[in-house]
Amino acid sequence: MPTQALHRPIDCDVHPTVPNMAALLPYLEPVWRDTVVRRGIDDLTTISYPTLNPVSSRADWRDADSRKAATSAAVLAEQALAPFDTQLAICNCLYGAQALFSEDLGAAFARALNDWMAREWLDRDPRLRASIIVPMQNAELAVDEIERCAADPRFVQVLLLVGSELPLGRRQNWPIYAAAQKHGLPVGIHAGSTYRHPMTAVGWPSSWSEDYVNQAPGFQSQLTSLIAEGVFTKFPDLTVVLMESGVTWLPAFLWRLTKFWKGLRSEIPWVADPPASVVRERVRLTLQPFDGPPDPASVMRVMEHIGSDETLLFSTDYPHWQFDGLAAIPEGLDAGLAQKIMAENPLRTYPRLRETVT
Amino acid sequence: MNVDVLNRTGVQPAASTKLAIADCDVHPRPAGAGIGGISTQLYPYLSKRWQEHVETFGIQYRQPWEKGSAYPKGQPQACRIDAWPDGGQPGSDLGFMAKQHLDPNNVALGILNPLTSGQGAMNPDLSAAITHATNEWQVAEWTSRDNRLRASVVVPYEDPVASVKELELRAGDANFAQVLFLSRTAEPLGSRKYWPIYETAAAARLPLGIHAFGYGGWPISPGGWGSYYLEEMVGHAQAQQSLLISLIFEGVFERFPSLKVVLIEGGMAWAPALAWRMDRQWAKLRKEIPQVKRPPSEYMRTNVWYTTQPIEEPDPRSQLADVFDWIGWDRVLFATDYPHWDFDDPAQALPLQMTEAQRRAVFLENAKSVFGIA
Repeated sequence: MPTQALHRPIDCDVHPTVPNMAALLPYLEPVWRDTVVRRGIDDLTTISYPTLNPVSSRADWRDADSRKAATSAAVLAEQALAPFDTQLAICNCLYGAQALFSEDLGAAFARALNDWMAREWLDRDPRLRASIIVPMQNAELAVDEIERCAADPRFVQVLLLVGSELPLGRRQNWPIYAAAQKHGLPVGIHAGSTYRHPMTAVGWPSSWSEDYVNQAPGFQSQLTSLIAEGVFTKFPDLTVVLMESGVTWLPAFLWRLTKFWKGLRSEIPWVADPPASVVRERVRLTLQPFDGPPDPASVMRVMEHIGSDETLLFSTDYPHWQFDGLAAIPEGLDAGLAQKIMAENPLRTYPRLRETVT
Repeated sequence: MNVDVLNRTGVQPAASTKLAIADCDVHPRPAGAGIGGISTQLYPYLSKRWQEHVETFGIQYRQPWEKGSAYPKGQPQACRIDAWPDGGQPGSDLGFMAKQHLDPNNVALGILNPLTSGQGAMNPDLSAAITHATNEWQVAEWTSRDNRLRASVVVPYEDPVASVKELELRAGDANFAQVLFLSRTAEPLGSRKYWPIYETAAAARLPLGIHAFGYGGWPISPGGWGSYYLEEMVGHAQAQQSLLISLIFEGVFERFPSLKVVLIEGGMAWAPALAWRMDRQWAKLRKEIPQVKRPPSEYMRTNVWYTTQPIEEPDPRSQLADVFDWIGWDRVLFATDYPHWDFDDPAQALPLQMTEAQRRAVFLENAKSVFGIA
């Protein structure tokens, strides 16, 4: 790997915003464009990220007129890439396509969003890469979309949401993992939901704050599903990236999961390795939000609990508000580790990023 | 996790120097009790009408089976294979429990948490009848016969009016140490629906114990129902996090500042990271939830306790001390979960370097303090 490539950050989670439905219309096939117009489908912004919520868009990153953030490649470059001297950034568009109840409409919007991404973002800035949005409603349609987009090497990952219709480990989802593995695409699971089920194990929350904090336990139970169902056994070359999941919950979760694996592994005999080892080898997490302890001195204790310097991938989560100014690296993180997180770990995680770094 | 119990006879004498302990999660069970039916041991405390109802219609919960729980357990009744008394069922025989667990482990205080008491049954009147009978049974068969034991007031929590009525019957009764909920409720526990129960519990100075399991009808995962018992067992930690987020974000501890919450069998090592996450989001979002006046971690520090079993097992195990430091050693309550299969043996479960004061706090003093027992 060229030395220079290791010194400039690779941002593994930035969020282009769909400015409005009109921006997508040119990318919808005629029948679906007609559907959208005729039925008055004005907007599919998800409640996971309400437009004006302070966490959805940091105040100083909003457009003065529209009050929306990250609505063009130029503004993203100015606000998210230039300040960090970022060499590459992975775009994860969080529009509500996956939550549509019609799987055909979901697939149509996934195609439109991916084409919009290629034309309006990737074509306009050579530093940008993207995750493939897939219709999570139907694995066959999702595979079709992966095959269609994988021909473009700027698509580096398959994007899923942590709130799914079926637990992510379930075999109905396996064709997605097979296609991702075939093309060297990690599967990135991002915060957000199709809202087929509440984010919590105890029903629907009453505030956005509660829903958002509950994404972390949501990631935990989905990671249990992926491991218990044997996804990592079945797909030995598949990497899973958890994005905007929070970070510091990981060790305590693995301690409990590994303990119960010891006690109950006869129920899942295909999981031959301790879950903590599986995660260390095969799962990565983006850095923001880190959800770190208030005292920087404790940060490296948490990292010791995580037990690997390869687990974390640099991210700003732009334009979501996770930190102020340029403080994307949590205070207290060892400098050598921070250096690995910045570029080396992302390059190891994403084969398609390696192909394009010079 | 499972200690080697095959050669244990159940009459192992307590060493005279052994530290007396509190076990904050002991499960008594009326012989013959099950998910879909009730034990005739409860009949003395249950009207003929409900006896006949259960015999005819059974008990339905928000889960598929007439008998048995949603996920088949790892072994029968999820119990240690050596915990079955001759001809009886685990947790059904005080004499056997004393010989196998209370005496040899020098249990000075045992908190009883009955789990098959009709909590979460679809029929609210039936739930109220069985929980009431279970409370009567705990006193008649357990606490009145062994002064080391304290009962939990099981309440039909999905019916707060009936719950308050049951709780008022028990207020001031020293046989009872806490109010017991199961964790998987129909609504997040911060919901105002449950507040009358909290008000009554706080007034009666009874902590609210919230034990893993339940029948709220919601899957643990935001992706739906997992396939395996392992997922459910691991997932109790996620359920406990979610209910705690709800209690804090709905302002329950502002409204009832003296309410004590004891989280049982859901793990505890997740608490520091959850506190950090909540504090950071609260700092940005408090306008949405103005009822939360203080950083969420502060409520956890003043109103919440955690039982140890099944204690998380870091590698190296010494990392658990970091967790205790972050949570606060005064928040940790030792528990074994007797007679269940994932029993934590007090001699082996916490292989940590502890000061004598820390050891006494975790194994006994914290429990005496939270339950107000001299």
